[in-house]
Amino acid sequence: MNTLVTQAFRYIGKKRRTKEDPRFVTGHGRFVADIALPGMKHVALVTSPHAAARIKAIRVERALASPGVQYVLTGAELCAETEPLQVGVDAPKVLRYPLAHGVVRYSGEWVAAVVADSRALAEDAAEKVEVDYEPTEYVLDPEKAIEPGAALVHPLHGSNILYRRKFVWGPVDDDFARAEHRLALRVRWGRSASVPIETFGVAAQWDPGQQLLDVWASIQMPKYPDQTARSLRLPGNAVRVHFDVDVGGSYGVKRGIKHTVLVGFLAKRLGMPVRFIEDRLENMRGGDMHGPDRIFDMQVAFDSDGTIRALKMRALDDVGAYAGRSPLQLGKPVGAIVGPYQIHSVEYEPISVLTNKTAQEAVRGFGQSPTNYALESIIDRVARHLGMDRVALRKKNFIRKDQFPYLIPSGTTYDSGDYHTVLDKALAAADYPALVARRDAARKTGRLAGIGIASCLEPSGANSSFEPLFNPKNDTTTWMDSCLVRVDLSGSITGVMNTSSAGQGHETLVATVLGEVLERDPDTIRVVHADSLTALPSNSPVGSRMAIMLGGAAAGAARKIKAALLAIAAHNLKKAVSELEYREGSVGVKGDAKRSLSWAELVAIAHRKFHLLPPGLEPGLQAKFVWEVPTGGGLPTADGRIQMYPCFSFEAHLVLVEIDPATGQPKLLRYVCGHDCGVMINPDIVHGMTYGGIAHGIGAALYEKFAFSDNGQLESQSFMDYLIPTALEVPEISIVDHCTPSPLTSFGQKGSGEAGYLGAPAAIACAINDALDPLGASIAELPMTPLAIWMQMQTARAGGKRSPP
Amino acid sequence: MSEQLYSISIEVNGERREALVAARLTLVDFLRDSLRLTGTHAGCEHGICGACSVLLDGEPVRSCLMYAVQADGRSLITIEGLALPDGTPGALQDAFCEAHALQCGYCTPGMIIAAHALLEANPAPDEREIREAIGGSLCRCTGYQQIVDAIKLAAGKRTENSA
Repeated sequence: MNTLVTQAFRYIGKKRRTKEDPRFVTGHGRFVADIALPGMKHVALVTSPHAAARIKAIRVERALASPGVQYVLTGAELCAETEPLQVGVDAPKVLRYPLAHGVVRYSGEWVAAVVADSRALAEDAAEKVEVDYEPTEYVLDPEKAIEPGAALVHPLHGSNILYRRKFVWGPVDDDFARAEHRLALRVRWGRSASVPIETFGVAAQWDPGQQLLDVWASIQMPKYPDQTARSLRLPGNAVRVHFDVDVGGSYGVKRGIKHTVLVGFLAKRLGMPVRFIEDRLENMRGGDMHGPDRIFDMQVAFDSDGTIRALKMRALDDVGAYAGRSPLQLGKPVGAIVGPYQIHSVEYEPISVLTNKTAQEAVRGFGQSPTNYALESIIDRVARHLGMDRVALRKKNFIRKDQFPYLIPSGTTYDSGDYHTVLDKALAAADYPALVARRDAARKTGRLAGIGIASCLEPSGANSSFEPLFNPKNDTTTWMDSCLVRVDLSGSITGVMNTSSAGQGHETLVATVLGEVLERDPDTIRVVHADSLTALPSNSPVGSRMAIMLGGAAAGAARKIKAALLAIAAHNLKKAVSELEYREGSVGVKGDAKRSLSWAELVAIAHRKFHLLPPGLEPGLQAKFVWEVPTGGGLPTADGRIQMYPCFSFEAHLVLVEIDPATGQPKLLRYVCGHDCGVMINPDIVHGMTYGGIAHGIGAALYEKFAFSDNGQLESQSFMDYLIPTALEVPEISIVDHCTPSPLTSFGQKGSGEAGYLGAPAAIACAINDALDPLGASIAELPMTPLAIWMQMQTARAGGKRSPP
Repeated sequence: MSEQLYSISIEVNGERREALVAARLTLVDFLRDSLRLTGTHAGCEHGICGACSVLLDGEPVRSCLMYAVQADGRSLITIEGLALPDGTPGALQDAFCEAHALQCGYCTPGMIIAAHALLEANPAPDEREIREAIGGSLCRCTGYQQIVDAIKLAAGKRTENSA
């Protein structure tokens, strides 16, 4: 940590307890499942057992006669009375509603919703709904899905390709022709997700007198109130989303728009409060929250000295049977397509493909972690090809500290960074030579050990630039966030934020920033969440944006408060503002300690003494600040160059792995992460998210997969099959901080919500392959499960060939 | 057809609670819906994630894998029962705040119950013992590190106080 940077602050960057923790440790969080509305009814679902089928008939009579049942809703009624859910790309015929109508497109798709007095009674009745299906052709393999003649998931769309474009940025073919070496590699990122411990849930209540739908949900989604209202054919101000619901983890996936439209429709239709909380099976099969599932075909052109000249990347992503924002997860990586490296030209071909599987949703990093894994895998392959040290190769190609701001071929400018120093710090913390010695000693005794290195970017401060890039009909370039600050008559400060939180510590963030600017103790500042009718605009905590955007909004509002206090003091002390000094909330005349007005006196003037208020100043003491993402607002060029996110955090991972020769079980013996996210507002929060991101990355790299059988059945439907790392799989992790401030933000902060996850899978995969290298074996697919590793070991020991790269 | 109800009597956080419940009512639903003790969370309802852990006669159990009727005549402590009488965090809960051993807070009650049971049985656990004790509880936010730190911190304070 650059001590000069933190010493400049009073509260920012200091070890401070969070505002949120006390309510959670005592069991007083308020999650959606804790919302109990009088007379509330409960939903259970009838789901498709087929990957694809026509629905010939649905008989609901027996279910309706079941005890406690209020209603059974099917797709015929729901689809007639709601608008389809939004698709992120230009594919208007890929229609999606909360319930299937006429056909089902994946196993687990919702077919009917039963509403009853309790969830148990609703489940009893759901078993009595009879559906006649006629199974139809389906397609599960994304490569087969794009071949002519493949079964079509949405026949009206005419193809299983949801989005495809080949971008060429710079003289790629020339660079390939001129380079001394070329190399190709195929790697695959398996279907996993963030899978929060709280499933998605939503409760809704319709007030006929006010014609208003109240919604409480476990939500992390931009424009959620607007999309809900549109689908329900309601004006935006007839939906009130309560953002004060604690969200039990999200990391991208809590986008339950289809759940909300279903429950909102039922609440209005029945005139009763209705709640739906996914059980784990509903969450995994039909919750539509699977993450990217990608095949990367890459080529790289480089010289004998290790200079990487050009890159070609084709990314084929299986988004499942429906699309919301999922195709856009191929778009965000455009803004960091070369990672931390100087690569002169790039060809990128994203292909988003429909198959008969559970739909994809946003997952931590929005597609960047798979891309980082692919990039780091081919960097390692280059090192192996040249016989060059992997650290040296990376350092040779890193963008240097003195080259920022740095424009990459795809049109994004990186704000700042010092990649060499961060990697050096990680190497020093790990005692890299000792780590290598430890690996080599293990190898000498016949064990399999490997070191993984990954140096990856974390784009932060999310904007929506992938929307106009991937959909010319969408010219959205605004991606603002806001904060309202009130100082009340008693002099207490309240910050109002405009979205829900899922554990990121936003209340602490806002209080710390307000305290910093106003020089007031953050512990005395309250932060509340508005509802969607009282909220200022927000785009929710996605894309590692809140430290930058909400932090910046809070700072902007606080500075307005400070300016008002100075104006009041100037008027009453009969001095120019330039002659005054703001100190911890009071304002005094510079050089004259006796002449000052206290916080209480200034607040009293603002609220009660109009006769002392400067002319033109708004009475009361409140300020709002709404701002656009720094560098935002641009549309893409014709060849698809665009400024994606504004700020770029950096992480350098080092991991030592040893593989149990009998079982293939990998063990992470040492884990070091060098991390630079600029100025940290609250280091405990940043470190916590980074540890968590690494743990999530360990899961994606080694254990977690939504696997499907050949007939389209989800095989990992519980925590017994979908394996989330426990405290026994996650090792002790050493984080080494570095601080390169961003020139674009209020305090030099960058984002960190996706930290750790963006480099951990790449690092661990590289370590496994380093461990397998002496056997002549390698794996090019995540997750690298113990079984997959064991199979490689068996094949290699039997003298088999190395698996195809 | 209405379900047959059974009379149960359970001591919850030191208070005797009596109720008529259906045989199939799980303990977690009883705590959350009948007693409105919503600090105990349902995460998977198949006994893996540990978010619903409570202490049954001092032993950590999964309240999603038990029926309320099975707790009849027994003594339960939930996360709410580990706070001080005024509702502010107890010592272990305070250590979780100090170490920032949580983010979203959803798994936290189960983690604290597991940690409490560990410290009652083993006041000075090492890192390995701590990780094993919380190994049956899933957390998706923290990567467990600050949880381990919090439990070490709480153990240290217990030792100090008893010295």
